[in-house]
Amino acid sequence: MLWICLLFAFLGVILGYAAFRFKVEGDPLVVEIEALLPQTQCGQCGFPGCKPYAEAIAQGNADINQCPPGGEVGVKALADLLGLDAKPLDESFGIEKEKKVAVIVEVDCIGCTLCIQACPVDAILGAAKYMHTVIASECTGCDLCVEPCPVDCIVMTAINPSVLNWQWPEPIQNRH
Amino acid sequence: MFKRWNLKGGLDLEGHKDLSRQYSIINAAIPDQLIYPLVDRSGNAMTVLVKTGDRVLKGQVIAGSKGVQGTLLHAASSGLVKENEWRMIAHPSGLKSWCLIIATDGLDEPGPVYEPVDYTQLSAADICEKVHQAGIVGLGGASFPTAVKITPNNVRAVDTLIINGAECEPYITCDDRLMQQYPSEILLGIQVLLRALAIESCVIGIEEDMPEAIEAIQQAIECSGFKQIQVKVVPAVYPVGGERQLIYLLTGRETPSQGLPVDVGVVCQNVGTVMAVYQAIVKGQVLIERVVTVTGLGIKKPQNRWVRIGTPIKDLVSQCGGYNGPIERLIMGGLMMGFSLPDDGVGITKATNCILVATSKEVTKSSEAEIQPCIRCGECASACPVNLLPQQIYWHSQGGAHQKCQSFGLFDCIECGCCDVVCPSHIPLVQYFRASKSKLFLKRREDEAATLAKQRFENRDTRKVQEKVEREQRIRLKKLALVKLQKGRPSAPAKMQDKS
Amino acid sequence: MQEYLLILVSTILVNNFVLVKFLGLCPFMGVSRKLETAMGMGLATTFVLTLSSVCSYTVNRYLLLPLELEYLRTIVFIVVIAFVVQFTEVVVHKTSPILYQALGIFLPLITTNCAVLGVALLNVQAQNGFLQSALYGFGAAIGFSMVLVSFAALRERIELADVPLPFKGNAIALVTAGLMSMAFMGFSGWVEG
Repeated sequence: MLWICLLFAFLGVILGYAAFRFKVEGDPLVVEIEALLPQTQCGQCGFPGCKPYAEAIAQGNADINQCPPGGEVGVKALADLLGLDAKPLDESFGIEKEKKVAVIVEVDCIGCTLCIQACPVDAILGAAKYMHTVIASECTGCDLCVEPCPVDCIVMTAINPSVLNWQWPEPIQNRH
Repeated sequence: MFKRWNLKGGLDLEGHKDLSRQYSIINAAIPDQLIYPLVDRSGNAMTVLVKTGDRVLKGQVIAGSKGVQGTLLHAASSGLVKENEWRMIAHPSGLKSWCLIIATDGLDEPGPVYEPVDYTQLSAADICEKVHQAGIVGLGGASFPTAVKITPNNVRAVDTLIINGAECEPYITCDDRLMQQYPSEILLGIQVLLRALAIESCVIGIEEDMPEAIEAIQQAIECSGFKQIQVKVVPAVYPVGGERQLIYLLTGRETPSQGLPVDVGVVCQNVGTVMAVYQAIVKGQVLIERVVTVTGLGIKKPQNRWVRIGTPIKDLVSQCGGYNGPIERLIMGGLMMGFSLPDDGVGITKATNCILVATSKEVTKSSEAEIQPCIRCGECASACPVNLLPQQIYWHSQGGAHQKCQSFGLFDCIECGCCDVVCPSHIPLVQYFRASKSKLFLKRREDEAATLAKQRFENRDTRKVQEKVEREQRIRLKKLALVKLQKGRPSAPAKMQDKS
Repeated sequence: MQEYLLILVSTILVNNFVLVKFLGLCPFMGVSRKLETAMGMGLATTFVLTLSSVCSYTVNRYLLLPLELEYLRTIVFIVVIAFVVQFTEVVVHKTSPILYQALGIFLPLITTNCAVLGVALLNVQAQNGFLQSALYGFGAAIGFSMVLVSFAALRERIELADVPLPFKGNAIALVTAGLMSMAFMGFSGWVEG
């Protein structure tokens, strides 16, 4: 009986050493999760940016279906990565919309800089009392600048189909 | 002496070339207006270099695009520049874009005349510059700027120039006619290109079902004494005229996936491009017209014509006798690789080699009910000329696993349509592949945008933290200055500052 | 030599632990959704199974038998297996976080994977020697991994198929597993035992 106890104690010591030797620092999973998020930085998930949300998912504090800009495709990608079941988007965090671009109606702009402060990716250009404008190629369409504008001169506009962003249509399928 | 490597896959398609082959190329009339879409081959905008109301002369530069792959556009006839119009362009999407319109005055007054020069006196760089000035792009269909292809620093160890005279798509005969009628001009064009590339060896690949063209070129070689130019006859198998396929067939060299022919020491040019180079260098004419095959059962008089770039298809059709009965589809390019146009108000571009006016006898309307499930017969894999497994790519594409398609070599697909033709279940395979490619391109763009957004967000965060630190520091300094004023002790602030 | 070969053939194909003996079904259904995780699970199980069958043989032969403690066999084996699994978990956590995340609950579950304890106990029952035990465990693990990986590959494709709604998901997966099992029945009779 003593031998058995000694054996168990010995195994325990090895485990303890292994836990010390192969200690994991940081969480590499966060990086992988963040790479799948759309980086809109819109905060609709309830976290201040995509990285905090990724951290929350990795720690199990947030579900994978809280990102409306990522949409169903994004949820599926996260589910694949984490080996979970894909589920529909949680509508309490917003619904999936077509990506839009903010446009400032320049005649109405009073130059208050409030939208510049709200923009998470510094995509609005301007100075106090001067007209502002949106750098369309850098706008993520997060909507965050619409709310602070005191004169409601920011409109979210759909992106026009052009030869550059046109997609070949998918064939129609007869599915069950 | 000449080993022919066998092309794997491919199809023996019915040529329908006799519709237009026997008539010599005639000059098309000057249309009332010329239409130039202001987008280049990759969809980027072109800059207009003339103003509305200007009178332009034939051969004058009217627009250009910037960048390494920039090209120039020349007016095809004299006339007045009108307001830019938002109209349909020659693109598979059927989308609209800004177009430059010239109302011709019928005088066809030539603009700046380039003196014809002796090409043997030109350096390689001079030839490239002149080719660029003449606005020459690949006339085979891809519109890649020719000057870029032959510029010395882009040309790594090239040893062979291949001239593509294998017009493998059904119906098209413009290269065939060119070779029959202008063999010595084409040979001179080849000489110019060989000089630009500083190499000796050139192979012309011509399909075996063009005996007249082979004969004409061979005779011209005899007469001119350009013995280093070889003519090689290739089988009339579609798509032997694909750049990579032809290179493999003639040299046995396989262009690497995602690579260029240059990587295997080959530059490949279309016969039409060679003709344009000849006209630019030897004759001093810029690229304002090209040979277009107008054919199909839906046209009264099928034929080949020298058509000015920008001519509306409507004009061209009426010059060829007009439509012949009800038309099923109007196709720009060939039957296999071309695309349908929703209407005939579109202008001819530099890439337009053929206008196919097809009736219901030639194209069958693919109905959805006809499409049956894949039975895994593997016909598509044996027809594929690039050794892909279309059935596997299709399977992942229809399920939405586009990333997986990529691992099956989706981007090596040349969209030749062989798999479509042989599929007994009538699955529109190429349509699936194109959709998947689009999706993957979109994904790539989105990923790039996401990386940029992430970086900008992080930069903003660090900037905010820094601003906060600086503000606190300022406040502290101010407080210290106050203390210093009140108590007059100079050593205190210095100490505090060190700590902070 | 032939004996060892027969052990391998028997455990991998004829008496496949999953499809013929129906042991270790829980990771078989649970970790077969993606090919990569299935491969990871296969590797982890191979490692654990081989090691644990060797360990349990050693413990049984040199500790339990001399001390006449055979009645404690099951408990001791469970502890030995738990140790090997825990050790693997720590290593995997360090080397492949994605695999760790993907294996999730299934990695600790290897402890209670009936195949693992089954192999250890069957070894004793068959009175296998050291090398035989090692091969028996290894063969069982290879058989498990092979079936798991091929099943995952099948499921990945089925995922894209136009499956009628009532059969979508686990239903069609179970049907597939049943068909695979029937296919493996074809090997029966090659080797005795």
